[in-house]
Amino acid sequence: MQRTSVNYSKYGYIFCIPFVLAFLIFSLYPILYTAVIGFTDLRGLGKTDFHFLANPFENFQSVLNNPSFIKSLQNTGLIWIINFIPQIALALLLTAWFTNERLRVKGQGAFKVMLYMPNIITAATIAILFNSLFAYPMSPVNYLAVKLGFIDAPMNFLLQKWTARGIVAFIQFWMWYGSTMIVLIAGVMGISPTLFEAAAIDGASGIQTFFRITLPSLRTILLYTLITSMIGGLQIFDIPRLFLLGGPDNATLTTSVFIFNQAFSGSYLYNRAAAASMIMFLIIGVLSAILFYVMRDKDAEKQKKAKKELARAARRFPS
Amino acid sequence: MIRHNDAISRNLSKTVIYIVCIFLSILSILPFWIMFMNATRSTFEIQQNAVSLLPSKYFLSNWKILLGKSFNPLVGFINSFIVSTGATVCAVYFSSLTAYAIVAYVWKAREAFFTFIMCVLMIPAQVAGIGFYQFMYRIHWTNSLWPLILPAIAAPAMVFFMRQYLLASLSLEIVDAARIDGSGEFATFNRIILPIMKPAIATQAIFSFVANWNNLFTPLILLTDKNHYTMPIMVSLLRGDIYKTEYGSVYLGLALTSLPLFVIYFLLSRYIIAGVALGGVKE
Repeated sequence: MQRTSVNYSKYGYIFCIPFVLAFLIFSLYPILYTAVIGFTDLRGLGKTDFHFLANPFENFQSVLNNPSFIKSLQNTGLIWIINFIPQIALALLLTAWFTNERLRVKGQGAFKVMLYMPNIITAATIAILFNSLFAYPMSPVNYLAVKLGFIDAPMNFLLQKWTARGIVAFIQFWMWYGSTMIVLIAGVMGISPTLFEAAAIDGASGIQTFFRITLPSLRTILLYTLITSMIGGLQIFDIPRLFLLGGPDNATLTTSVFIFNQAFSGSYLYNRAAAASMIMFLIIGVLSAILFYVMRDKDAEKQKKAKKELARAARRFPS
Repeated sequence: MIRHNDAISRNLSKTVIYIVCIFLSILSILPFWIMFMNATRSTFEIQQNAVSLLPSKYFLSNWKILLGKSFNPLVGFINSFIVSTGATVCAVYFSSLTAYAIVAYVWKAREAFFTFIMCVLMIPAQVAGIGFYQFMYRIHWTNSLWPLILPAIAAPAMVFFMRQYLLASLSLEIVDAARIDGSGEFATFNRIILPIMKPAIATQAIFSFVANWNNLFTPLILLTDKNHYTMPIMVSLLRGDIYKTEYGSVYLGLALTSLPLFVIYFLLSRYIIAGVALGGVKE
């Protein structure tokens, strides 16, 4: 039923045309193109003509049999895990402190501005800055560590696998915990204050309130953080690429850096890189689906609420 | 007595909190502080003594070395500015338009289209890099800034954010009133809806600008001509061998590339943080 005699619905379609066109041209077509290239023999600088391979999965097989690729997947996962766990832990701790009514931490605004700051600076700059900060033998970190007596002599952090990997994970952690914290604080602000009041009246301690009320109410936001962090973490490129170019001994080689190296530096193996991209796409898709499933399964109530909201929206905008 | 103990423990925990927060703040600032200070120190000074909290007087000589090595921050700055501004304008305008189409009009494919946008949101952009490069190479758009700007027209995350904002803040009566006054649909959007969306546009514009300014992957695969380099590519050149021994200039180069972002951040930090918070609770 139309309220007015003029039918405006065509404008809905018209206004979406730019988005759809841009998506088809700059996202969908390149993705399909990449998928197709994965089955071809396209390689070499400045080549665009290709032939399909006799064995269509040859590139996929060779990528999966490439020890560097397997290593890059492991590194990506490792770096993500060792940065995400402390990141979410610290962000939760700070959230608990900053949102605690009884503690009333002063200067919160200034602390938030400081802790979020590393997130705004170009990752490329940060990668090279940390490369200089950890250089050997004379660098700010070595200097401070020797001065403060942590180590006897300057250490070559960048030549050892675990310190190099650890520093990359630390940079990720350092860049992102402030942002995670602000998202979580916003989530806590969204929880109904009556819940906290009720807990206070029942005599709950700060710790009890946090674990029994704040955390359960934050579940959706926590999962949102988890998913966005996972997608970002699996694509991590700038820092590993510029920090040590994937070294030492491929210890900081991530999947994105692997793909970039295959396609654009030296060998120009576009077909292999495309196959690796598709494998990565598949992994991200499967992991996202799993996380979404977890989210949906346990949040049946949320869904009901969403349905109600939809109904309300439909009432608000009757057709 | 219980009261007294309570006060003591609260003071104790507050002390711990302030110590941790101050430590973390220092951790956030120190690397950048060292960077700015070392930008004014000579390589010899840095090698003798890597940390200094005070500036020295070699800024100009570092500057000369930097420029002598074909590092042209002005070109990078202008290119980055064109790309970031162009992409931000495209993303903000067309995302608002798409979100308005979803919220204000009733059309058959509306629900399906919104679900589709949510799916697109999950697609990581990087995995299409090879196809994108080949496509741009074929139409001779490598070494052009267009492929860095135009894809921003389809920004699913921003459409989602704008839709949430419009659902909460747009009353369709305004649109109806405009229609009665004879305003065309497109004019209504430009003159009435866009101003309503200003707060949402402001936060999203900041994020889009910073994200585009910081983008390294796409420019790195597309741009080979020096005159088209963006800031992050300029930075990545500092990683090269030619600067290995010139620590002072490397720090100066890093300082120059991040200076605009520091300025923007300290001017707008309040809005940026409010924006992160808004973006985070969109679930």
